[in-house]
Amino acid sequence: MVFDLAFIWAGLIAFAVLTYVVLDGFDLGIGILFPFGKSEQDRDLMMNSVAPVWDGNETWLVLGGGGLFAVFPLAYAIVMPALYMPITLMLLALVFRGVSFEYRWRTKNKGLWDAAFFGGSVVAALCQGIALGALVQGIEIDGRAYGGGWFDWLTPFSLLTGFAVVVGYGLLGATWLIYKTEHEIQIQMRGYAWWLGAVTLGLIGLVSILTPFQGPEYFQRWFNLPTSVFVMVVPMLMLALTWAFYTGLNDGKDLQPFLSALGFFVVSFIGIGISFYPMMVPPSLTIWDAAAPDSSLAFALVGAVILIPIILVYTAYAYWVFRGKMDPSEGYH
Amino acid sequence: MLDGFSAEILARVQFAFTVSFHIIFPAFSIGLASYLAVLNGLWIKTRDETYLTLFNYWKKIFAVAFGMGVVSGIVMSYQFGTNWSVFSDRAGPVVGPLMAYEVLSAFFLEAGFLGIMLFGRERVGERLHMFATAMVAFGTLMSATWILSVNSWMQTPAGFSIAENGQFVPEDWWAIIFNPSFLHRLVHMVLAAYLTTALVVGAVGALHLLRDRTDREARRMFSMAMWMAIIVTPLQIFAGHEHGLNTLEHQPVKIMAMEGHYESHPDGWTPLYLFGIPNDAEQRLDYAVGIPGLGNLIFEHPLDHPTEGLDTIADEDQPPVFIVFWSFRVMVGLGFLMLGLGVWSAWARWRGTLFDAKWLHRASIAMGPTGFVAVLAGWITTEVGRQPFTVYGFLRTSDSLAPVAAPAVAASLVAFIIVYFAVFGAGTYYLLRMMNKRPATPNLGLRDGPIRTAGITPAPQIDPDFIPGE
Repeated sequence: MVFDLAFIWAGLIAFAVLTYVVLDGFDLGIGILFPFGKSEQDRDLMMNSVAPVWDGNETWLVLGGGGLFAVFPLAYAIVMPALYMPITLMLLALVFRGVSFEYRWRTKNKGLWDAAFFGGSVVAALCQGIALGALVQGIEIDGRAYGGGWFDWLTPFSLLTGFAVVVGYGLLGATWLIYKTEHEIQIQMRGYAWWLGAVTLGLIGLVSILTPFQGPEYFQRWFNLPTSVFVMVVPMLMLALTWAFYTGLNDGKDLQPFLSALGFFVVSFIGIGISFYPMMVPPSLTIWDAAAPDSSLAFALVGAVILIPIILVYTAYAYWVFRGKMDPSEGYH
Repeated sequence: MLDGFSAEILARVQFAFTVSFHIIFPAFSIGLASYLAVLNGLWIKTRDETYLTLFNYWKKIFAVAFGMGVVSGIVMSYQFGTNWSVFSDRAGPVVGPLMAYEVLSAFFLEAGFLGIMLFGRERVGERLHMFATAMVAFGTLMSATWILSVNSWMQTPAGFSIAENGQFVPEDWWAIIFNPSFLHRLVHMVLAAYLTTALVVGAVGALHLLRDRTDREARRMFSMAMWMAIIVTPLQIFAGHEHGLNTLEHQPVKIMAMEGHYESHPDGWTPLYLFGIPNDAEQRLDYAVGIPGLGNLIFEHPLDHPTEGLDTIADEDQPPVFIVFWSFRVMVGLGFLMLGLGVWSAWARWRGTLFDAKWLHRASIAMGPTGFVAVLAGWITTEVGRQPFTVYGFLRTSDSLAPVAAPAVAASLVAFIIVYFAVFGAGTYYLLRMMNKRPATPNLGLRDGPIRTAGITPAPQIDPDFIPGE
């Protein structure tokens, strides 16, 4: 392990992507659960619970993309054409769901933008999962460019990871609503969370079992000594989180299910990181192959080191300002 | 449907289409964010309810426009990779970090404080709310700064070397950021955003004045907008001229295209063409109407100073002249119309008829959208004028392309066109409908908007000096 600029940046990009998944995951999840809102008031409440924070959450996606462009331009230049279709679909889906936040208040035809919010959220989550699956399976490189075909990303495995992300985000949405709401809608979401949690964990298990067979490197890392001893920490953590999730749910805790569900994502992400390292784009492009020249990495790092902590502080502040339970009676006319 | 077009031309059309849609929203939100900060500051300072009503009116319009800017901007940050991957690989080490700074110093700032600016007045109190509003405005300006540095570097690259693998390697970040055209472009664009917003605000004010000349909010916003028109337009014309001289120095070929100068004038007396049909095939300006010598004066050269034309430039190094020539004329023409509006309003103000001059109000409404048209025309001039390069003089557009097959690009282009027209068409309709309501209308939509309030602590307990916002 070389602790240099490229390594630090790989860690920062991973942090940005994880933060994106953790933050936008639950607000995409609200969209995924949107049709299950029992009344217009419930749907208003669901959307309002993320309205002040959603665009901040999506900014982490821009940092993931922009950051990759800045410090691993070769990886960006190879991955984006390889995932041309899922990425383009994801962007269009995010357009639909993003504008729904404002549009649905500006028209009598609310159902249209409710559908756009739901559809956009599902497609965006699905495409993100597909992109992840395609990346795990590896991307063919020819010289300094993508060398595969236009539908290489479409495999049973990538569809499985796509589906897993949709369900997982749904779980995050449900547990977020447990935290933010009361009474019937909270009870409803507790019911959903129980099942969504079970299916999410099943899918994480299935993907984890299949992943080592997607490449010999993965297999070695997970099943050969001595690395397998260390990486067993990952399934152990997952078990502990599962326990925390279900006890939290059964004991009627408000925040514990949400934090545990976020934990599922964090631990899965660590698992993926263990599989990938030292690859930036499996199976052949390493972090160091993809890195921009040191002058780029150093300059960008100065900004990141100063600004990311500040961003985290005011993001936390924005969440704190809008903390607590939603009040459904507030704000209407 | 798009058979027969190369992947390159389709990718160029796609980028031009998505970035053109995108720039409309920042051009508006840069100006509007600053206007909101001014309105909120004036409300706190004077406690004149008119300012607060105007703040609450424009903030809802801002929220819709900003949302459209966010989602169309996310598309941009990925399109460099999907469609221009070779450019991304080569130029990424230089332009990538600048964009990363934009995300870190601007996007997060805007998004982080937007929620508080829109819905947080009662929750955080007046002072912090003012701070949040100022941060949003500051964020939009930071964003403009970084992205214009990126664009300017592509126009007038500096401070780099080229590595063996073809990558541009940053050598001097100061020279990269403050590349020769950066400050000119930044000033020109920020003024354009302010002017564009002023014209929209002026048009909305005029609309409501025509309906009711005693409408307090309409009078206030119309007056503020017309001050901007008379002050900013002359500054903008001056800044644009200076920017042109900078382009003449660093990208003379672009100026030749803007001016339709196919032929050289070794003895000076270069004409300034008012009209003409550029004919790239024959390399001449058809039906040209020009004023001899004025070209030299515009370039701030003596009348007998020789000028070179496109006849000194190889065909494959020329931009498409027709687009550049005409988009430039559209921008300049609109600029002088804006100046006319500013002068007219100053005259009416001096006569004391600013709020009664119906034809001035009608003209203001007609001029409402022209800022956007001028911004687009200006960007078309500078971007098409940069062709056939992405990094001027160093990386050709045809060498920047991603290895994506034409049918895939065509399919995504059609999808973007359909989605953008539907989504942003609807958004524009909602914006216009909101602007059509009086500022004093309590509800601009069916409802006021997302409630965005939560919490068990009522606002007055958080802040004893709590003042009801709306």
